[in-house]
Order: sequence, then C-alpha cells, then structure tokens
Amino acid sequence: MTTAPAIRLTSLTKSFGSVHAVDGVHLDVAPGEFFSMLGPSGSGKTTVLRLIAGFETPTSGTIELFGEDVTSKAPFDRDVNTVFQDYALFPHMSVLENVAYGLRVRGMGKQERRERAAAALETVRLAGLGDRKPSQLSGGQRQRVALARATVVEPKVLLLDEPLGALDLKLREQMQVELKEIQRDLGITFIFVTHDQEEALTLSDRIAVFSEGRIVQLGTPREIYERPSNSFVADFVGTSNVFTGEMARTVVGTVGDFSIRPERMRVTAGSKPGTNAATGTVVETIYVGGSTRVVVDLDAGQRVNVLMSNDAGGDVDKLRGTAVTLSWAAADVVTLASENTTTR
Amino acid sequence: MKLSRVSRGVLASATGVVLFLVYVPLMVVLVNSFSTSQSLSWPPPGFTLEWWAKAFQSQGALEAVGTSVQVGIIATAVALILGTAISFALQRFEFFGRDAVSLLVILPIALPGIITGIALNNFFRTILGVPLSIWTVVIAHATFCVVTVFNNVIARLRRMGTSLEEASADLGAGVWTTFRLITFPQLRSALFAGGLLAFALSFDEIIVTTFTAGVGVTTLPIFILDNMFRPAQAPIVSVIAVVMILVSIVPIWVAQRLAGNEKVVR
Repeated sequence: MTTAPAIRLTSLTKSFGSVHAVDGVHLDVAPGEFFSMLGPSGSGKTTVLRLIAGFETPTSGTIELFGEDVTSKAPFDRDVNTVFQDYALFPHMSVLENVAYGLRVRGMGKQERRERAAAALETVRLAGLGDRKPSQLSGGQRQRVALARATVVEPKVLLLDEPLGALDLKLREQMQVELKEIQRDLGITFIFVTHDQEEALTLSDRIAVFSEGRIVQLGTPREIYERPSNSFVADFVGTSNVFTGEMARTVVGTVGDFSIRPERMRVTAGSKPGTNAATGTVVETIYVGGSTRVVVDLDAGQRVNVLMSNDAGGDVDKLRGTAVTLSWAAADVVTLASENTTTR
Repeated sequence: MKLSRVSRGVLASATGVVLFLVYVPLMVVLVNSFSTSQSLSWPPPGFTLEWWAKAFQSQGALEAVGTSVQVGIIATAVALILGTAISFALQRFEFFGRDAVSLLVILPIALPGIITGIALNNFFRTILGVPLSIWTVVIAHATFCVVTVFNNVIARLRRMGTSLEEASADLGAGVWTTFRLITFPQLRSALFAGGLLAFALSFDEIIVTTFTAGVGVTTLPIFILDNMFRPAQAPIVSVIAVVMILVSIVPIWVAQRLAGNEKVVR
C-alpha cells in the first residue's frame, strides 16, 4: 500500500439550510488507525461520519479514500462500512442472514456466504446464534452482530457511530476491550464517533475534538487530555479548572487563559500563600471510590475542584470548612489558546 | 387500575348496550334468511332453506358479487401502487407544500360520497366525454382506496426510519435490491392491512358507485338496494347479507393476528 491516507477530508462542508453542520474540516486518517471523533451532540461529528459513508452529500469539499476521490459516489460504491448507533439490523432476517447480507448482494453463492458469515459470528463470539432473529438477542449481542455484518465484507475503513451508546456501563467497558482487539486483528482503519470522552481516551490512537462543525483539537489521547489547546477542550475532555482574565493573573500570576487538572492539585491544611499556590476554604468533600473530590472556594473568588487519591492517607473529610492551601507544579499549568469559537 | 363498583357497573352496561345494538340486528338478518316470510315480517312464521338454495342460483346475485370482487381487486391494486408511491414521495423527500399535498391525498376519504360521486360523474361525462362503465367505478373507488394504503404505508415508513435502507446501501446493495430485500418485506404487513381495508371500502361502497357506474354495471350493494323491497327477493338479500358477514370476519381476524405478530417482532 502506498502512503495515501485511509481517509482524507479537504475543506469538507455540509450545510442544512443556514446551519453549517460541518464547517471546513481538513483531516487525514492513517491506514490502520483507531481514530475517534469526539464532541457534544450537534458538533458535527456524526455528519462527518455520514458524509464519509455517503449517506449525505457534502455542500463543498472532497472525501478521498486511499487516494481515490469518492465524494460523489453512492454508499454502495464505497469501500467503507458502518456500524449504526441503533445497529439497524434487518428484523425480518435471521442473525446469519443479516451477517451474510453484504456477501449476498455482492453475488456470492449461498454455501460460501453462509460459511463466511458463520466464521464472522465466531470472531464476535456469537457462534451458534445464527438462527435467531435480532429481536431475540440482547443489546450487547446485537451490537456484535452489527459489527460482524459490517466487517465480513472486509471494508478498508469501518465507521462506528456511537456503537456503545445503548449499552450499560459494564457491557460497554467489556465491548471497548473487544473493539480494540477486533481492530487489531483485522488491521483496518476504525473511525469511531462518540460523545464519551473516556471512551475516546481509552480506545483511540488519535482523537479529533469537534465543536460547532470544526475540529478544535487533533492529537493523541495524552495530548488532548494533558495539553488541551483551549478552554472548550479542557472542559469537555475530563474536568478542568480554567482560569481566565483577572482571575488568571491573581491565581497563576500571568495574564492569559490557563487550565489545571483536578488531580494535579494538592490540598494542604492551613493558609500558606506562595507561588504555584492559592488559598481558600473547603466547601465540600465527596467520596468517589478511589479518590475524593474536594471543592474549594478560593479567596480570589473562583470555585475549584481537586481530586485527591484516597491512598494518600489522612482524613480529607475533616478539612471541610477549614482554610487550606492548593498547590501545583508549574509544569501542570496548561496555557490555553484564547478562542473565538467559545463554548456554548 | 381499580374501579369502584358503580363505575364498573356503568362501563359494563354501556358495553352491553353497544354490543346489543350491533349484534341483535345482525342476528335478525341471520334468522330472516331462513324465514318462510317473503317480506321479512317478524316474528318469522316458519323456517326454510329455500332462500339459501335460491340465492346461490340467482344469476343477478352471482353477477353482482363478481362485479364487486372485480372492482374491488382492481381498485385495490391501483391503490397499492399509487398509495405506496405517494407515501415514499411524502415521507422520504422534503419539498415545498408537502403538508398541503398530504392533506389533498387524504381528503377524498373525508369528502361526502355524494360530492365525490357528482364531481366524478360530471368530470367523466361532460369534461372527458367518457361513457360510464365498470372502469369509471374502479377509478372512483381508487380515489379513496389510495388513502387507506397511503395511511398504512406512510405510518410504517415513518416508524421504520431510513437506517435499515442506509445499512443495506452501506453493505453494497443498489436501490432496487434494497427495495426488494429490505423495504418491501418491512412494508408487507402494512400493504396487506391497507389493501384489505381498501378492498372492504370498495366492496360495500354504494353512493359513489351509483353516480359512476355505467348501465348494467351492478355491484353487490346496488343489487341489494335494488332487490331489498321486492317481495320475492328480500330473503335472498338476507342470505347475501349473512354470507357477507361471514366473509368479513376473516379479514378482521387476519388483520388482528398480523397486528399481534407485529408487537412480538418489534
């Protein structure tokens, strides 16, 4: 394979009336990459996915698939397949017929396509359930059928539209591991749409964070989480303490917009002002299992969240209502780009 | 929900009254078909199978049934094709005036039959200059049969959404293959229910038929109306009525079973 990207989007724009759902997106996705598009609902991530699949026609811009321009091709002429949010399994067909559907419409013989579909069901650990109807399966099983149906035709790129959204937490975590394994086994490009930042961080090689039809940050999970480029990303991906304007000068000591992750701050008893530190009063302590969330009202006026590991020792609860000092390492202060595309 | 004894009593008697008013007259028809009286006098002076034998030999009655079935089937077939096409146009495409068109499609079923009858009669004879025949009846019936098909199919399309068709296209199926393998099987029960209703509407339609039927075109309802008050024919009409009652139970039963199955599938 040449070095052509699996997907290349150039100035991709999609307008619905006067609404720019997708607003000039440029993006290269490498072959074999697990790529996530992360953003709140209405940020344009699903529309980009539908444009790549061919369900929507872009208002302007181009879509290339391994160097081939597919912008004006119909969905059935594109070598990409989709796992739908609601799975979209055909209710009148058995599980096996669902999985074999893509092979059937390609004209493969009955015997061969049934064998291949059965093998695909085996890889998603549903061997023996081929005769059931989709309505007789659980949510997690339907999810796997959808996955088997989309991968059995060996697409170059697999598009996944919030595929885990309808599952409960336990199952979702289990499916995350399986998805990652399946992607590694098949070696194909996954484009994964989600609004769940944790899911994106866990699964992805790279993440594009979407807001208002644009990509506001593109990077590895570590870059996105530890070096958010603006307050939207800092806020949307995990929780952040964002300081802007006058508050930033008082707390951080420099003019600009800054963000500090809750788990990067420490709380110590007593009021000891200094550099890389701020004083305040503990309003609330909330036990969240492995750690405790400490809510502090700074003397400077802003409310701040701190996450303290529970194995650090000491009873955090008794700090409630007392004066404390927050401190952090200078390296943990992330400078944010002052942004024009504001949140909300 | 728990009901007080009084309200339970009220509901029970209301149900009783309704069932009584519907089914007792039907029983009377059934009894009359065996009555020895030629003028449907009550109580019947005696019982006989004579009318049942005569009814099945009555040339007029048999021809009327044939005409009605023929009109019903053709009007239903036309309605199935046009109704499905209109449903797709209005459900899957957005265009200016869509709601207005939707209203215009549904209107014929709400329009008084006498208006439709007069309008079509005028249109066929004066404007098109076409002589009334069995085909003008078919066209007239199709105008309201389309509505039942349309209502059923558009409701199904709405509930179905587009994701199944998108999934099919995504997996490599062209437009026609998708329709054949995915859309049509999903619509089948809606088409059946809509078609059944359309046929039933056509089968007992009399007002529009009166205005659009050519000379010699006698559908079953027209035959019944013509013969109702002829002394020798009244009991035969009763027999026809009983047969029609029996025949109407079948589609209702099938439709109910279909509706029951739907829930399971969903």
